[in-house]
Amino acid sequence: MISRVCVVGAGVIGSLFAGHLARVAEVSVLTRRQEHAASLNADGLRISGRSDFTARLVASPDPASLPEPDLVIVACKGTDLESVAARLEGHFPGAVVMTVQNGLGAEEIVRRFGAWPLVSGVTFMSGTRHGDAHVEYILDTETWVGPYGDTPEAVPVEIAELIRASGLKAEAFPDLRPAQWSKLIFNATVNAVAALTGLPHDPHFAAEEQLSDLGFLVHDLIEEGKRVAAAAGIPLREDPWEMNVLATRRGSAHYPSMLEDVEAHRPTEIELITGALVREAERHGVEAPLHTAMYRLVTAKEASYS
Amino acid sequence: MRIAIVGCGAVGSLFAANLSLLEDVEVWAYDLAQDHVDAINRDGLRLSGAGEVLGRPRATSDPAELPPCDFGIVLTKAMHTESAIAATAHAFADGSVCTVQNGVGNEEVLAAHVDRVIRGTTFPAGHIVAPGHVQWDVKGDTTIGPFEPKPAPTAEIERLADACTRAGMPTHAVPDARGAQWRKVIFNSATNPIGALTRLTHGQACELPQLRALISGLVDEGKAVAAAQEIVLDADPEELIDHAAKPEVAYGHKASMLQDVLAERQTEIDWLNGGIVRYGEQAGVPTPLNRAIWALVKGLEQSW
Repeated sequence: MISRVCVVGAGVIGSLFAGHLARVAEVSVLTRRQEHAASLNADGLRISGRSDFTARLVASPDPASLPEPDLVIVACKGTDLESVAARLEGHFPGAVVMTVQNGLGAEEIVRRFGAWPLVSGVTFMSGTRHGDAHVEYILDTETWVGPYGDTPEAVPVEIAELIRASGLKAEAFPDLRPAQWSKLIFNATVNAVAALTGLPHDPHFAAEEQLSDLGFLVHDLIEEGKRVAAAAGIPLREDPWEMNVLATRRGSAHYPSMLEDVEAHRPTEIELITGALVREAERHGVEAPLHTAMYRLVTAKEASYS
Repeated sequence: MRIAIVGCGAVGSLFAANLSLLEDVEVWAYDLAQDHVDAINRDGLRLSGAGEVLGRPRATSDPAELPPCDFGIVLTKAMHTESAIAATAHAFADGSVCTVQNGVGNEEVLAAHVDRVIRGTTFPAGHIVAPGHVQWDVKGDTTIGPFEPKPAPTAEIERLADACTRAGMPTHAVPDARGAQWRKVIFNSATNPIGALTRLTHGQACELPQLRALISGLVDEGKAVAAAQEIVLDADPEELIDHAAKPEVAYGHKASMLQDVLAERQTEIDWLNGGIVRYGEQAGVPTPLNRAIWALVKGLEQSW
C-alpha cells in the first residue's frame, strides 16, 4: 500500500505529480533550493489549468529531513539526473523508485546509487511553470509505467491506480519498453528538429510536398528509429509518425523542451534521447546516419554557447 | 570593352572597382541598393583591406540606363538571379553573360534570358562596410568556362579572363569550369549550413571531431554527385575546408549563411545543398545528409 510519496525535483512534471498525489497520499518534495522548499511549505503548491486547487505538502532540500516514503518519483530533467540520484544514495531504503525522464537509460543511472526496486515511467503530461509554488496543467495526457528489472508487475499497477485516483491519467504495462521506445523515437526526432530549426512542433513537421519539406526529414528520422527498435527486438506500442501528425494537428504548437533549452543556452537532454538511440543502433549493428547527424549538430550547438 | 556588374554587393564591388581602373574597360554597376549606387556615383567605389582601390564605375539601380555591353558578370545572391537577368537582359543582346555566383543552377536561369552564357566560380571575399565602401577580406582566383548548352565563344571567355586578370582579379579561362564550380559548391554546402545551424565559426566547427565527420559526410555525397556527372574536381574540397580552418585564414569566419540566419534573411540553401540533392536525383545518387541539412535550413527560414 502506497501511502507516502516523495517527489524529487519540483519542475513542471514533478509539481504536477506532487500536487495531484497530495490529494490521495502524504506527499513530500525534495527540492534543490532551500527557497523553493520554503515557498512550498509556506504557501502550498497551486495547480491551475486543467485542475484548480492548492496542495499542502512538506518540502526540503535535505532528504534526511523528509518522512520515509513508499514511493519516490524522480522527476528532474535528464541532464540533472546523475547529481539528483547521488543525493538519494543511502536514503529511503524501503521505497520503490520510479523514473520519468525522456529517452533511455534513466533507470541505470539511478541504479548506480541504490538497490531500490525500480519502476520505469514515461509521461506525456505538460504544463507551464508560473513560479516556485504555481504550475499550470496544460496537456492532460497519460503517464505510462512498467516494472524495471526484477520489480514485480503488481508494483507499477498499484502506482498507476494511485496516479489515476489523484486525477491524472496513467496506465501500467507488464513491459514498458514498447511505449518507452515509441516516445524515444518521437522525441529523438521532434526535439532535435525543433532545437535546430527553432520551430515549435507545428504543421511543418508533417509537410511532405516540396522536396525540401521538413516532413520528409521527420519521416526519415522516424523510419530510421523504427529500424533500430526492430533490431533491438522491441515492438512499438504506437507509430511515432502517427504521434507526430496527431500532435501537429492539436492547434496550439508545443515548444519541445530541447528548443527551450537551446534558446536559453542550457544543456539539452540530447545524450539520453538521440545519444541513447544512436548507441542502441551501434549496439545492434544497424546504421543510423540521420540521427547521428542530428546528434552531432545539437551537441555542436551546445558547444557554441560558450 | 564595356562590362556590367549585375549585383554590386561585396564581391560584385571587388570586380567593379578593380575593372574600372583599366583604361580600355568601361564598367557599369547595377544594383538595387540606392544608397550604395548614390555613394558610388558621388564618391567612387572604395576597397580596403587586401587591396586599397578607389574605382569609378558608373552605378545605377535603373536597368533601362544600362547601355549595350560586351559582358555581364552576375553576382547577385542566387535567389535574385531570375529577377536581375530579366531586368537587364536587353543590355546583353550582343554580349556574353558570366555567373560567378554561389551554388549550382544559376547558368540555367541566365540561359533562359540570354544566348551566350559563361559559367564560373570565384573565391575572393569581402563585406560591405558602408555604402560605397567594401572591405576586401581575402584575395582569390576566378575560373570561367562555357555553359555547354548555350556557350559563349571561347575567344570572348578568354577576353573577359584577360581583363579581370589585368585588373588584379586573377581569372582562368578553361574548357570545363564545372570542376572548380563544384569544388566550391561542395565546400559551401558542407560548411555554410553547419555554421548556420550550430552558430559556430568555420574553425570552431572543424575542431569538433563529430561535427567534422558530418562535414566529410556531406562532402562525400557532393563528390559522388559530381562524379556521376563526370565532373573532375580541380582539387579536393577537404583541402579547402582544412585550409580555411587555419587561424591565419578563416578560423573565425562566420559563414555568409550564418550571417543571413542571424539577420533572418533568406539563405542560398536551395542552390547549395538543394542543388546537390536535385542533381543527385537526376543522376540517381542518394544524398540523404544534404537533403536533411536542406530541410533543416528551410525549417530555420520558416521559423522567422
